[in-house]
Amino acid sequence: MDLSSINPILLIASIMVSATPILLAAIGEMVVEKSGVLNLGVEGMMITGAVVGFAVAVNSTSPAAGFLAAAVASALLSLAFGVLTQFLLSNQVATGLGLTLVGLGMSSLIGKPYEGIKSPTLPKLDIPVLSDIPVLGRMLFSHDLMVYLSLVLVACVWAFLKYTRAGLILRAVGESHDSAHALGYKVVRIRLLAILFGGACAGLGGAYLSLVRVPQWTEGMTAGAGWIALAIVVFASWRAGRVAIGAYLFGGVTVLQLNLQAAGADVPVALLSASPYLVTIIVLVIISALGAHGAPASLGRPFHASS
Amino acid sequence: MIRLEKRPQPSRLWTILAPVLAVLLTMFVGGLLFAALGANPFEAIRTIFWDPIFNAQFASFTRPQLLVKAAPLILIAIGLSIGFRAGIWNIGAEGQYIMGAICGAAAGLALYPSESLLIFPMMVLAGALGGWVWAMIPAILKTRFGTNEILVSLMLVYVAETILGSVATGLLRNPEGRGFPGSRNFKQWDAAHNAEIFSGTGMHWGVVFAFIAVIGAYVLLTRHILGYNIRLTGEAPRAARFSGVRPARIVLICLGLSGLLAGMAGLFEVTGPAGQISIDFNSGYGFTAIIVAFLGRLNPVGILLAGLLMALTYIGGELAQLMLGVPGASIQLFQGMLLFFLLGVDVFTNYRLRIGRREIA
Repeated sequence: MDLSSINPILLIASIMVSATPILLAAIGEMVVEKSGVLNLGVEGMMITGAVVGFAVAVNSTSPAAGFLAAAVASALLSLAFGVLTQFLLSNQVATGLGLTLVGLGMSSLIGKPYEGIKSPTLPKLDIPVLSDIPVLGRMLFSHDLMVYLSLVLVACVWAFLKYTRAGLILRAVGESHDSAHALGYKVVRIRLLAILFGGACAGLGGAYLSLVRVPQWTEGMTAGAGWIALAIVVFASWRAGRVAIGAYLFGGVTVLQLNLQAAGADVPVALLSASPYLVTIIVLVIISALGAHGAPASLGRPFHASS
Repeated sequence: MIRLEKRPQPSRLWTILAPVLAVLLTMFVGGLLFAALGANPFEAIRTIFWDPIFNAQFASFTRPQLLVKAAPLILIAIGLSIGFRAGIWNIGAEGQYIMGAICGAAAGLALYPSESLLIFPMMVLAGALGGWVWAMIPAILKTRFGTNEILVSLMLVYVAETILGSVATGLLRNPEGRGFPGSRNFKQWDAAHNAEIFSGTGMHWGVVFAFIAVIGAYVLLTRHILGYNIRLTGEAPRAARFSGVRPARIVLICLGLSGLLAGMAGLFEVTGPAGQISIDFNSGYGFTAIIVAFLGRLNPVGILLAGLLMALTYIGGELAQLMLGVPGASIQLFQGMLLFFLLGVDVFTNYRLRIGRREIA
């Protein structure tokens, strides 16, 4: 094995790229769960975002249009989940799974003609001055716009939940929908908005996969990224800052195992490729063993204003 | 003003009517989808739902396929439904299915080329054990550490897939296969072949076990105290605990049972219809079985019917692909839509639709 072939600067830089799609999906899902809704359809929304973003970007030659379309498409898909769970009071776990199955089917249907094409990708922003700093510049300040946007989004979500009145209401709805309803807040409406936001974020994450990280479309390309985003929300105990840490840790594992494979590490390749999933399981076990709580009290419970 | 009013009891009529309505809605929206894809919607629906059973030209070939495709779905869905009833969400049946296939195949291949009659039963056992062990991982993590079984069982699907890729190109590769990935073909080894029991019916051992599972689950759920406890755990967890039901035991039993059945399904598939362990052996039955379980109302007899219906969409889907050039992925979408509509229509089982203003109580 030749570890010297791994360049630490490139490693950090690629960790940021590989973490971004999961970070986007996870921060959106965290907002959804904060409002008391468990949407297990992240994988389906991500892959829909990936395929729609790719198709639109290829046809319009504009990655920005691709990202926008991905966000809209996944938000629309999440609206189906919202209508089913909020108005028709369906089981959230089952509906989320259904969303994933629909998303996977739809994406391979839409994506067929786009296999093997390269997409227009986002330009790297070499931020003036900052990107000229010797080592740090290449590591942190010469990425595409979405990497920074995802971090800004995390900060915004954090501030929104912590400091704004609307954020407080959202959390109240997630903690006790009956009390929030008694106080006159529109539980269903607030949850629908949260679901739409989560869908849009998952769509952006998916589009980042197909437009920047891999720049092409392959069937089933999310390969569990949506589920990992769900695990990261648990890992983060429903806190925005920790979602970012979790996503970057996970991005680190993904990139490191690829680098080790390339360097010919003395570990079976199957073990290396499975490592992101194994690490997720191990982290989940540690978190639940520590008993770290913070799950919104109404998470996953259906709300009906009948009582 | 339309509003929903909770029924005192779930409607029995709607419990049966909801799946039928969901199928009709799926046909309607699916028809629109096929029209958008440039196929004649009526022809497409007829090709999928009618031709595989009744068309004189294909039926002799496609009718036996019905049992072949339905067996793994029913087997897996029966196991899942028992867990779902208790509120235990095993979403990783696909992984348990793959591990069952790998373990069962490995146990058999270790004894190649023996023609002992014990080989096949032993492989079934090994397959069931493989699925069981894979399901025990989320079960034990849940009972020991309170880890979420949905996420763990799902992560294990991806782990199982990498293991499958690794053994298909390494450990279990056919030594006489000239370096191509994939194991020996069980169809060429009588002692391990899951052949048709009556030729031309599609009836293999997996089908037999699927029927046994349906009957067993029916007896368990309606006649046995364990089944009662499982249902109680799902419907009223607190009451269950007060009456002395140990939740950890229910978790272990439910996940274990579904792992066992999924593992068996994998073994029957690899020794029968698939023939060998290969990189693309996994077929998505583990995920489709989730739809089957819900469509069958988590009821053994319902699952039997739902499994046959879902098998029909697989076969009809292939036929439509062949005859009408409809993309294969549209069938997957079709199946997902079915679950979606079912969950939506299900509201009428528990709620009554009231039109008009709320009366003042």
